[in-house]
Amino acid sequence: MTGAATRTQPRPLAPFLLAAPATLLFVGLILLPLALTAVLSFNVYDYSSGVRNQYTTANYLTVLQDPYYLAIFWRTLRLALLTTVIAVLLGTPEAYILTRMGKPWRSIFLLVIIGPLLVSVVVRTFGWSMLLGRDGLVNHALAVLGLEPVQLLYTETAIVIALVHIMLPFMVIPVWTALQKLDPTVEAAALSLGASRFTALRRVVFPQATLGILSGSLIVFGLSASAFAIPGLLGGRRLKMAATVVYDEYLIELNWPLGAAIAIIVLLANLAIMLAYNRMVERQAKRRLG
Amino acid sequence: MQKNGPFALAFHTLIVLFVLAPLIVVCLVAFTPQNTLSLPWDGLSLRWFAAVFHHPDFVASFWNSARLALFSATISTMLAVPSALAITRYSFRGRDALNALFLSPLIIPHLVIGVAFLRLFSFIGATGSFGWLVAAHVMVIMPYALRLILAALNGMDLSAEMAARTLGAGEWTVFRRITFPMLLPGISGGWLLAFINSFDELTMSIFVTAPSTVTLPVRMYMYASESIDPMMAAVSTLMIALTGVTMIILDRLFGLDQLLVGKG
Amino acid sequence: MGFLQLEQVSKLYGEFAAVRDFDLEIERGEFISLLGPSGCGKTTTLQMIAGLVTPTNGRITLDGRDITREKPARRGLGVVFQSYALFPHMTVAQNVAFGLEMRKVAKAERDRQVAEILSLVKLTSLADRYPREMSGGQRQRVAIARALVIKPPVLLLDEPLSNLDAKLREEMQFELRRIQRVVGITTIMVTHDQAEALSISDRVVVMEGGKITQVDHPYSLYEHPKNNFISSFVGKSNFLAARAMNEATGVSLRVDNTDLKIPATGSYPGGELCLSVRPEKIRLTDPAGAMLHGPVSSRYFLGNHWLLSVSTPAGEISVAVANLGAPPPSEGDITGLTWNIEECRVLAAEQESALQS
Repeated sequence: MTGAATRTQPRPLAPFLLAAPATLLFVGLILLPLALTAVLSFNVYDYSSGVRNQYTTANYLTVLQDPYYLAIFWRTLRLALLTTVIAVLLGTPEAYILTRMGKPWRSIFLLVIIGPLLVSVVVRTFGWSMLLGRDGLVNHALAVLGLEPVQLLYTETAIVIALVHIMLPFMVIPVWTALQKLDPTVEAAALSLGASRFTALRRVVFPQATLGILSGSLIVFGLSASAFAIPGLLGGRRLKMAATVVYDEYLIELNWPLGAAIAIIVLLANLAIMLAYNRMVERQAKRRLG
Repeated sequence: MQKNGPFALAFHTLIVLFVLAPLIVVCLVAFTPQNTLSLPWDGLSLRWFAAVFHHPDFVASFWNSARLALFSATISTMLAVPSALAITRYSFRGRDALNALFLSPLIIPHLVIGVAFLRLFSFIGATGSFGWLVAAHVMVIMPYALRLILAALNGMDLSAEMAARTLGAGEWTVFRRITFPMLLPGISGGWLLAFINSFDELTMSIFVTAPSTVTLPVRMYMYASESIDPMMAAVSTLMIALTGVTMIILDRLFGLDQLLVGKG
Repeated sequence: MGFLQLEQVSKLYGEFAAVRDFDLEIERGEFISLLGPSGCGKTTTLQMIAGLVTPTNGRITLDGRDITREKPARRGLGVVFQSYALFPHMTVAQNVAFGLEMRKVAKAERDRQVAEILSLVKLTSLADRYPREMSGGQRQRVAIARALVIKPPVLLLDEPLSNLDAKLREEMQFELRRIQRVVGITTIMVTHDQAEALSISDRVVVMEGGKITQVDHPYSLYEHPKNNFISSFVGKSNFLAARAMNEATGVSLRVDNTDLKIPATGSYPGGELCLSVRPEKIRLTDPAGAMLHGPVSSRYFLGNHWLLSVSTPAGEISVAVANLGAPPPSEGDITGLTWNIEECRVLAAEQESALQS
C-alpha cells in the first residue's frame, strides 16, 4: 500500500481538536511559567522587602561577575564535561561489547545496564554515599589492602563517580541503537578484506557509532550540568553546582530573582548546546551523503 | 559474528559491578541489625523495614507519591493518546512544532521547570495544592507516555483499520474495536513509564511540594541530607523492589530493552 | 453493461497521475487480475474500487449503482489486504465474525455463518487461535474467510500471495481459484507476478504507468502481446530488430545484409520494427537452412528444461529446450535456430508504443 493513499482523508479540524487539550496545557503550564520566570529574573530584590516591581539586569550582572557564582559555573561545566568524557570512554565500548554478545546474555546485560534508569536518583546517590563515605565500603577495602583511608565523600571525585553511574545508560542507549543499525557482517567483511581488528573498529564500527556518541554526549552533558541530587548529597555544603545553588537561592536565601537568573542561564546554555549539536549532526549527515 | 575477547569481558564485568554496586550495597545495608550504616556481617534483621513502616512522614510521603503518580500518569496518558493520533494520523501545519512542544520537557532541565512552576504557583496562589502538583507532574511525564504511544502508532499496520472499514465499521467503531485495542500495549507501557517517572521525580518536585504534599523522593532527599541511618537503606530497598517489579511487568509486556531503547 | 464498471477513472496526486483514464467492464463471476510492475497504479485502482481512495475523476458503478463516492463501509465489498490486516487482538472466529457483527447479524446466525465459511477455507479446527499463532498460509485463509463471510458482491485481493513462500504460493493460487469457483464471486486480484495472473484469471489487465496497456484472456495475452513491455513482462521474449519492407508483403529481419522475409500478418507502418519470439517457440536444427545460426554461448540446466543462449548475427538469442532425455549442444557448438513464422510477433521498435492490429 502506498503511504499517500493510506492516510486518512484530510479533515482539517480533527487534528486540532485531538491535540487541543495537551496544547493548551503545555502553553499554560510550560511556556507561561517559563516566561514568568524570565520576567522574574529581571525583578529587583532586596532582603528587607523581597521582590519589587522594578526591573534591572543586576541579577545577571551579579551572577556573571561575582567570583562565587563564576566558580560554581566553572565547576558545573568542568564536572559535566569530565562526566561526559568518562561516560563516552566507558559507555561506547560497553555498548559495542553488548552488541557482540550471544542471545540470552545480550538482553540480560542490556537490562542490567539500563534498568537502573528506573530506580530513583536519590536511591542510587544514597548508595554511592554509603560506598564512598569515611566508613564506607571503598575505605574498608583499602584498609584490607593495608592502604590509608581516603576522603571521597564531599569531593568532586565523588560527584563525578556518581554522575557517571547515573549517566552511563544515557550513553549506552544511543550508541547501542546506532550500532544496531550496523550489519554485523560488515565488520566481518572488513576483516576478510585484510583489515586488522583495530582498523576494522576504527574504519567501520566507530564511524557508525559517531552519531550515537554525539547524541549520548549531549544528553549526558545536559543532564550532568543540571543534576541536583548528586551534588546535593555528595558535594555537601561546600561543593555547589548550578542546580544546588539555584535551590539555595530559592529556598534558603529566598532571593528568587537571582535564582531565576541562574536557572535561565542554565536553560539558555542547554538550548545553545542543543543547537550547536544539531548543526554538528547536520554536517555529519551531509558528509555521509556527499 | 565475532566473540568478545577476554579483555572485553573483563571490562564488561567491571562495568556491571560499577552499575550494580551502589544498589547491592543499599539492599545489604537495609538488613543490618546495627544502628549505623554497616553490612549485615552478623545476622540479618528487618528492624529498619519496621522502622520505615512506623515512620509517619515516610508512610505519608509514600502515599502522596503513589497517589500523585497514579493521577498524573493517567491524565498524561489520556492527553497523550489523542495528541499522538493527531501527530501520526494527520498532516497539518505546525505538526512538527506541536511535536517539539510536547517533547520539550525532555530537554528543559527539570530544575528550570521546577523553578518555573514555583513562580507560577506563587503567582496564582496554588502553593501546597495537590491538584496543581499533579498538573506539574503531568507536564514532565507526558513526553514519556507520548513517545511510546507515538512509536506504537507508527508501528501499527494501518490496513487493519482499513479492513474494519471495508467490513462496515464506522470511524468510532474502528477506534474502539481496532485502533485502541491494538494500541493498548503501547498505552499501558506509556502509562507505566510515566508512573515510574512521576514516582521517582525529585528535582522539580523539591521546588513545588509543600509540607503536606511532600513526595517520597523529596522526603528521602531531605532525610538523607540531614542524617544517614539504615532506615534510608530500607526505604531505598523497598523502592528498588518496586522498580524491579515494574521492570518485570514492562519486560513481560514489551521487552524492556525495546521500551527504554526505543524503536528509533 | 458490466456488473462492475469503471469509466474514465483517474487518481491524481498533485501533478502525478497514479491512475489515468481507467476503463474496464467486469462481468458477474469473473476473475480479473490487474498485472503490472510496482508503481503502475494497480493497487490504487483496487483501493478506488474498495472506497479507500477517492477517484479524482470518473465513475465506478456496481450492478448499475454509482458507488464512486460511497464510503467503504457502505459498499460492502470484500477486501483481502497484502498484509492480511488481521485484527491481532481477536481470534480467528472473532476476526471472521467482525463484519457480521457490523451488520447486526444475530449471534446464533453469526456463529453458523462463521463455521460455514471456516469449513470452506478448511480452518474449522483453528477457530480459537490468534493470528500470531498461525502460519502465513493459514492467515491468508482467515483473511479470505473474513472478506467472504459478509457475502460481498465483489472480492478484492491485493497481492494476496506475495507474502508466502514459493511452494505455498503455488498451492494457494489454486486454492484461491477453487474458493472463488465454489462461491462464484466476482474477483479482482492485484499482482505483479505474471505466472500468478496467467494461471488463475479469466482475464488479465496489464497496467503500466497508470494506464491499461492490454486486457485479454491469459492465453491470448501470452501469445499476442501488444508491445515490448507486455511481451517482456508476461513471460520472456527475444527481441530482434526488423524493418518493414512493404506494407502489404510483410517484414524483413536484417541479418548480415541479407533479409529474412517474414510474411505479413497485418499492416505495418513503415520504419523500424521489432520481432518478438518466445524462447520456448524456437527449435534447434541443423545450421544449414536454419533461420539463424551461431555458437552456443551458455547453457544452463533448469530441471524440466535447458536454457541456451546462442550468439547469432542478429544478437544473443535465448532458447528453452524441453528436457526430453538427450542433452542439447554444449557451449561452443554451432547450432541452427528456427521457428514457425506465425509464432513471432511484430512490434514497433520503440518500447512504449503498441501497434494496432
